[in-house]
Amino acid sequence: MVNVAIFDYGAGNIFSLKNSLEKIGATADIITDFDKPNIYSGLLLPGVGNFDPAIKSICKSSKTDFTDYVKDNTPVLGICLGMEMFFEKSEEGNEKGLSVIKGDVIILPPSMKVPHMGWNNLEIKKSGKILEGVKDDAWVYFVHSYRVKPVNNDVITAESDYGIKVPAVIEQGNFFGTQFHPEKSGKVGKIMIQNFLDVCKK
Amino acid sequence: MTLTKRIIPCLDVKNGRVVKGLHFESIKDAGDPVELAEKYSNEGADELVFLDITASDEQRKTIKDLVRRVAKVIDIPFTVGGGVKSLEDARNILLNGADKVGINTGAIKNPHVITELMELFGRQCVVVAIDAKRNFDIQKDKNIFSENEKQFWFEVFIYGGKEATGIDVIEWAKKAEKLGAGEILLTSIDKDGTKDGYDILLNREIVNSVSIPVIASGGCGKPDDMVDVFQKSNVDAALAASIFHYQTHGVNGVKMYLKDKQIPVRL
Repeated sequence: MVNVAIFDYGAGNIFSLKNSLEKIGATADIITDFDKPNIYSGLLLPGVGNFDPAIKSICKSSKTDFTDYVKDNTPVLGICLGMEMFFEKSEEGNEKGLSVIKGDVIILPPSMKVPHMGWNNLEIKKSGKILEGVKDDAWVYFVHSYRVKPVNNDVITAESDYGIKVPAVIEQGNFFGTQFHPEKSGKVGKIMIQNFLDVCKK
Repeated sequence: MTLTKRIIPCLDVKNGRVVKGLHFESIKDAGDPVELAEKYSNEGADELVFLDITASDEQRKTIKDLVRRVAKVIDIPFTVGGGVKSLEDARNILLNGADKVGINTGAIKNPHVITELMELFGRQCVVVAIDAKRNFDIQKDKNIFSENEKQFWFEVFIYGGKEATGIDVIEWAKKAEKLGAGEILLTSIDKDGTKDGYDILLNREIVNSVSIPVIASGGCGKPDDMVDVFQKSNVDAALAASIFHYQTHGVNGVKMYLKDKQIPVRL
């Protein structure tokens, strides 16, 4: 059985994420700091909350650094805000991001309704571990006001069209991110969560 | 492709059962909330809304356990409202499995709570629910409309439609957006339970007044009512209860119909 951890910033629904992992047969512990030894096959940064409070709870509530905690290539899945935190900085806040992926997080253009909220299609750019078995044009559920802007576009494996191209799935080494919510995206989301757990097993 | 229009079954819950009323009254039993939630999710609902309709009224907390049980069986987004007054109320709801919190009376009584919720949970979690009703007593500082040669303005009602506030719906929607709302759930009291169609005028005016998503609610009796509200008011989502509860139409059937009428939906 795969045992993963969900980091709780104390700011929202992590029950659904835990539930979706357990439905597939994983066990998920909720953690609020990195001070206990990392016994997990994977770590999830959930997609609820606000950039600054979430980053503070990750960086300031532990003696151990995030990068130290995952230094043995623990697979990390960042969902929405969780993925945004991988980057260096965000227009949503003033705090420095986790900076494991180069680039920024910027607000969606005002020409469209913000937040981008609802079901949108994935345009798959290239194959990736999280996208295995997911068809081009598959529907996933988005709720966000910001988008990531990586320095290196190669990390983007899927996009979605919302007036502009919104990076939807990214992969870089052991870091995986989705701008949408796989735990809220029905059967398609379930495939992606399963894919992440498969990465964790290896 | 871009965003689809969302079809949202609503579960009005009272004493653990799904109920449905007419003009916010004459409550009728419509089934078990957990069973209905699972059924709708499997049939292709885009979201669910779960309202503890007695919560504000009887000063009671939302039924946490029920929220948890409902959240456990679905894998689509889920809004919970009813009796939310404080950050703590909202946190309880979100931690029990909801993705968004609906706030209505609580926001009128203390508008600042919208900002507090937005700052802690993010704008996308904050759904401001507005119950609107035509008021034919014309006042100068209100946004006046006319229909069939009668003039009126839209007034905000609270406590499940029982108490008038004297507040103009359009002004309140704008203010809610400014304070941090991520979405407006707009219910027409005039139309609610009538199966007569959505309040097109009301929905159109609110869509044109704010830049956040608007969910139309109240009055849906058939799939054509949804076609109508999407085509004529450009709302982002349509909420309905009875057409789904009494199985006059399955969620999937409604969405196939909408697709036929060129409304972008997820199938």
